[in-house]
Amino acid sequence: MPADVDTKIITRQFGNEEAKNIEVYESLGGYRQLRRALGMKPEDIKAEVKASNLRGRGGAGFPTGVKWGFVPADAEDVYLVCNADESEPGTCKDRELMYWDPHQLLEGMIISAYALGARNNYIYIRGEMMRETPVLEKAIADAYERRYLGEDVLGSGFACHITVHRGAGAYICGEETALLESLEGKRGWPRLKPPFPAVVGVFGKPTVVNNVETLCNIPYIVEHGSQWFADLGVGRSGGTRIVCMSGHLERPGVYELPMTLTMRQLIDDVCGGIWKGREVKCVIPGGSSMPPMSADELDVPCEFDALMTDERIKPVEVAPGVPFDMGGGKELRTMAGSGGIMVMDDHTDIPAVCARVVEFYHHESCGQCTPCREGTGWLAKISHRVAKGEGRPGDVDLMASIADGIAGNTICALGEAAAWPVLGFLTKFRAEFEAKIKAPKEGAAA
Amino acid sequence: MAALSSAERAEIDAEIAILPDARSASIEALKTVQRHRRWIDDDALGAVAEYLDLSKHELEAIASFYNLLFRKPVGRHVVLVCDSVSCWILGNEAVKQALEDSLGAAFGEVTRDDRFTALPMQCLGACDRGPALMIDEDLHGPVQPADVSELLRRYP
Ligand SMILES: Cc1cc2nc3c(=O)[nH]c(=O)nc-3n(C[C@H](O)[C@H](O)[C@H](O)COP(=O)(O)O)c2cc1C
Ligand code: SF4
Repeated sequence: MPADVDTKIITRQFGNEEAKNIEVYESLGGYRQLRRALGMKPEDIKAEVKASNLRGRGGAGFPTGVKWGFVPADAEDVYLVCNADESEPGTCKDRELMYWDPHQLLEGMIISAYALGARNNYIYIRGEMMRETPVLEKAIADAYERRYLGEDVLGSGFACHITVHRGAGAYICGEETALLESLEGKRGWPRLKPPFPAVVGVFGKPTVVNNVETLCNIPYIVEHGSQWFADLGVGRSGGTRIVCMSGHLERPGVYELPMTLTMRQLIDDVCGGIWKGREVKCVIPGGSSMPPMSADELDVPCEFDALMTDERIKPVEVAPGVPFDMGGGKELRTMAGSGGIMVMDDHTDIPAVCARVVEFYHHESCGQCTPCREGTGWLAKISHRVAKGEGRPGDVDLMASIADGIAGNTICALGEAAAWPVLGFLTKFRAEFEAKIKAPKEGAAA
Repeated sequence: MAALSSAERAEIDAEIAILPDARSASIEALKTVQRHRRWIDDDALGAVAEYLDLSKHELEAIASFYNLLFRKPVGRHVVLVCDSVSCWILGNEAVKQALEDSLGAAFGEVTRDDRFTALPMQCLGACDRGPALMIDEDLHGPVQPADVSELLRRYP
């Protein structure tokens, strides 16, 4: 059955201060799916996850079962790392999942660890999550006491340990290979891929990195089966989706919703519309690294594939009429990303927003690759001068060409994260940038 | 106080114990020292490097990489103000201004009474409650410019 707006799977306990107590969690049916899973073959759990169409909620939407399948079959030491570094601007859901229902995450992790044969597991939580970290640590201690964790989980012979590792404030550590470097006590410099973490990850061992929300879904796939989970969603995307609604809304917040809802329904029906009785102008659909959508593109469902392919969304361009090439001639529309949906009203100064977005990625670039380090620096400088009305003729094209030069030429996807929104803003709101630039001389217009 | 205190050493040892090697504890060790001393001066950095058998240079590269490791003095309370686009569109510039006015100190400076240092921070991940800021361990939001001085009063 497809999910509707009242279907709450992983956010059921939001607002219930008691649910983080292990006894309450158990009384609500908690850890029963772990028991069931321990009676299943790891292979069968992996097959269920694959068939469920669960896709990663951390940003890329990669099918979880497929990722798990990349771990070599004969691997001895496997690690599972939960990515709780949540720092993509606009994203604020993993924080809530960990605070309200920490055992749900642990149960999902332990089941996943069992399926993967992972004995040592980490939760890499961002350093700023001061309220959530002790909640998680208490939950882990309680889970050890009740033998959901330890050398012999529920008498099954399976050994499973979870350690919380706190970050120290660096956006790039959310990128999975930077995260692994940071876990090893180094600065978070992303690694060249391949090898992928599933083959060579933390401490040189095969490692699966999954987002908090991704892992929270696992117990329900075990409970109700892959078909049920796939049916909740649409197409190749199973389950519900948590969206973080922020910006100029009457009712911002974190909502678990069906992926069939359109952006416009999210704004008008779920969030009570735009604040102050204004109109919507622009929506960033999946964290600030995703290309923005304009007001006439909002009737597309907030589902992974729809946002990438629906023709009602104009493809991102490098110049008017020249589509940006993601590689192999593939066009870029936008993506569901991290679920961070930022909504802007018709009073918003788009070139100024663009400058702020670029500034963030410039600040957080690890500096390893020249196109990212230098390119984001130039983009920041030029976009700020344009935003301040001090732009020069040709600056719009210059921004586009710098962004185009970054994308596809860096070690990690932070390069794209900076380039895509710039190209997106220029594609959808070009006139606004041009209006800010002093009128060019006759005939010299770009 | 350059050398590590016994309390600091004990906390660092506890971290090393749960990790495959001592170097993996570097970030936690720096945080431990910071917890005890508010910020990490050159001597403290040197002491940690020696304790973990890392070069000072290597540890410096780590310390300067992370936004929450402070290599300059900070006040008794640290105010982290979300400086990302999600808070910006909700008016965080005015909150930042109100903060500087209330503190009588610019971002990065310690107030004259040694009580506060405000730092701009990249996205705090409280986007549905923007403009957001953190004082020590507490997240506050939405914060209006007029709320700032009352908020600060709660941190004597
Ligand atoms: C620059 C950058 C930052 C990222 N930040 C996060 C993050 O904060 N949290 C997260 O779960 N994934 C983040 N990711 C995605 C991770 O690299 C990785 O794909 C994800 O954790 C995998 O989990 P999933 O398959 O369950 O989504 C980031 C990626 C990039 C390129
Ligand atoms: S793309 Fe940027 S953040 Fe990523 S590795 Fe290169 S320099 Fe670092």
